[in-house]
Amino acid sequence: MRRNRANIAQSKPGHKQASAAEPPAESPVTIRRYPSESDVSPEPLVELTDVQFAYDLRPILTGIRMRVPRGKVVAIMGGSGSGKTTILRLIGGQLRPTAGQVSVNGAVVHQLDHDALYRLRRRMGMLFQFGALFTDLTVFENVAFPLREHTRLDEALIRDLVLLKLNAVGLRGAAQLSTGELSGGMARRVALARAIALDPMLMMYDEPFTGLDPISLGVIANLIRRLNDALGATSILVTHDVGASLGIVDYVYIVADGRMVAEGTPDEIRASREPLVRQFIHGEADGPVAFHYPGRSYAQDLDLGGHP
Amino acid sequence: MIAALDGGLRHIGARVIDGVWKLGCATRFTATLIARSGASFRRPQLTLNEIYFTGVLSLIIIIVSGLFVGLVLGLQGYETLKRYGSAEALGTLVALSLTRELGPVVSALLFASRAGSAITAKIGIMKSTEQLSAMEMMAVDPYGRVMAPIFWGGVISMPLLAAIFSALGIFGGYLIGVVIIGVDSGAFWSQMQAAVDLREDVLNGVIKSVVFGVAVTLIALFEGFDAPPTAAGVSYAVTRTVVTSALVVLALDFVLTSFMFAGV
Amino acid sequence: MKRTTIDLWVGLFVMGGLIALLVLALKVGNATTVSASQGYHVTAEFDNIGGLKPRAPVKSAGVVVGRVESIGFDNKKFLARVTLRIDRAYQFPTDTTASILTSGLLGEQYVGLDGGGDDVMLKDGDRMKLTQSAMVLERMISRFLYGKAAEGPQAAEK
Repeated sequence: MRRNRANIAQSKPGHKQASAAEPPAESPVTIRRYPSESDVSPEPLVELTDVQFAYDLRPILTGIRMRVPRGKVVAIMGGSGSGKTTILRLIGGQLRPTAGQVSVNGAVVHQLDHDALYRLRRRMGMLFQFGALFTDLTVFENVAFPLREHTRLDEALIRDLVLLKLNAVGLRGAAQLSTGELSGGMARRVALARAIALDPMLMMYDEPFTGLDPISLGVIANLIRRLNDALGATSILVTHDVGASLGIVDYVYIVADGRMVAEGTPDEIRASREPLVRQFIHGEADGPVAFHYPGRSYAQDLDLGGHP
Repeated sequence: MIAALDGGLRHIGARVIDGVWKLGCATRFTATLIARSGASFRRPQLTLNEIYFTGVLSLIIIIVSGLFVGLVLGLQGYETLKRYGSAEALGTLVALSLTRELGPVVSALLFASRAGSAITAKIGIMKSTEQLSAMEMMAVDPYGRVMAPIFWGGVISMPLLAAIFSALGIFGGYLIGVVIIGVDSGAFWSQMQAAVDLREDVLNGVIKSVVFGVAVTLIALFEGFDAPPTAAGVSYAVTRTVVTSALVVLALDFVLTSFMFAGV
Repeated sequence: MKRTTIDLWVGLFVMGGLIALLVLALKVGNATTVSASQGYHVTAEFDNIGGLKPRAPVKSAGVVVGRVESIGFDNKKFLARVTLRIDRAYQFPTDTTASILTSGLLGEQYVGLDGGGDDVMLKDGDRMKLTQSAMVLERMISRFLYGKAAEGPQAAEK
């Protein structure tokens, strides 16, 4: 099912983005929807240079280059199994690249030792595909979890902070529910409240729109943009939902078969004539990305064509 | 024919290599677990909660089984001893078999099926729903925060459960032998006390149950952690926990017994 | 709120476990009898100790008065040297006989002490001079058979 959610976000022209990574020359106009104070730091928060990754010998990613400027919302799009989530795991330090380097806030992630990596992660928030809430804790305790683990705040302050975060996602009233009582969209919002509990500098979203109804989807999409601007954070959004994400992001990378195949602002992507991008944006069944899994020809499989 | 044989050999070879691989992973897992146990010592509340889930929730099955095993031992032991005219040795028989063997072994088997399976399911589900991954991304080490407290909880619970099992088993033997059949109470206790040695029998039984506690909890944690992140994967891992724990407990029991009791 | 009930249960569980251990130690095992500090050691030498094992009971008139501490072999005299630890509450004269006996027909072996008439009592480290070795079944049988064999010709002559 394809949702066209152009209505949640009318693009309006803004100033040129100085820090957006190498926009293609043919379309100089970049689009900014929610004006936020622009970060003048020239150094991007996250930078991937020629990153390669392979499970055992099976290559997942090759030659990935990416720059995520501070304060921006960047989407990584691509079909299922194209290696998008792997990029997030590389940034979070849960996987190590086989070649190339991933740097976050000036530090090369896979060169950090255990303690330094954990210190860096305290400043990252990640929203998992299905929320990954702790099923044995209530909504309140889930959001309080990072606060209790990393701070020595007293109970009253933790309570205030948790209610504040829950209020930001509109679920203050659900604080005492158990995670089993939440719908998919609510669980995602609780997970979002938990991810922002420590006011991260970098937010990562892994398929935040999967399996949500149109209303929940709009709510989450809005929250991602609003929280990013309110927290002064930087966000990376991994998704295959074109409609929902093109409206809220500043810049888009498209990944296919473990390679970066296109990049640009949402308008550039929409206007792109490249067949692969067109296929992806418009959801065509067949194109450069073949409908069929590679294999022998159909005729061969059916033993037609006179094989002995 | 030769192809089938070849296929069979290949299959066996692959299984062996897989097993060795897994053993290596389990060893590395154990080392990491122990190295990152610091958090569970700094925050005893975490371990305490796990003692509740592994120990207290296993109490009912341990109490009931211990009592019944004692009753059966008393009944069967009496029937056999009566033939040799030494029914008074019933206390010795019941106490020795419980403290040395049945207490540690049977309670470890019950522990594996009650607590071990629950641990595997919990860790497997936490992994498959990315809860462990989420914890990692929140800069909380899942080894120290989740798995180490479970491990130490299991290691503490197991000897206590085994002791409760043995004590209740002996009480069950007393009930059937002395209260119901009418063996002389004084002979029952004094023969038992003359034969059971504190270090030789009771302490060795406790050592056995600690070893079993370590083994079963580690197997349960590792199977959960190693489970494929699907419903089928987790349920298969739970089964494997119970089967592997049972085999490992019995094998370890043989080894420990030959160390402890054969040399004297 | 929820934590306190868990704590209560864990407390009960740990207490139950410790009580069970204590019962096993005191009521089932015999931690209450002779402990190392309250005994004195005497040695006795035997030609043959049979199946005597360390920690076997030492009894006098059927009452347990101590335990076998250790068993060694004297390589000069070719005798077994058994060290006994006897409860300090019991005193035995120096001419006490130590014999290795069997409880019942097939039971375990123990050391039996038969008090003598001497006025001087055994002290820590003393050696008992009068001992009686274990009955070894094979020797008893062969003695019986030799006896029969010795009787045999005489019986035939008659």
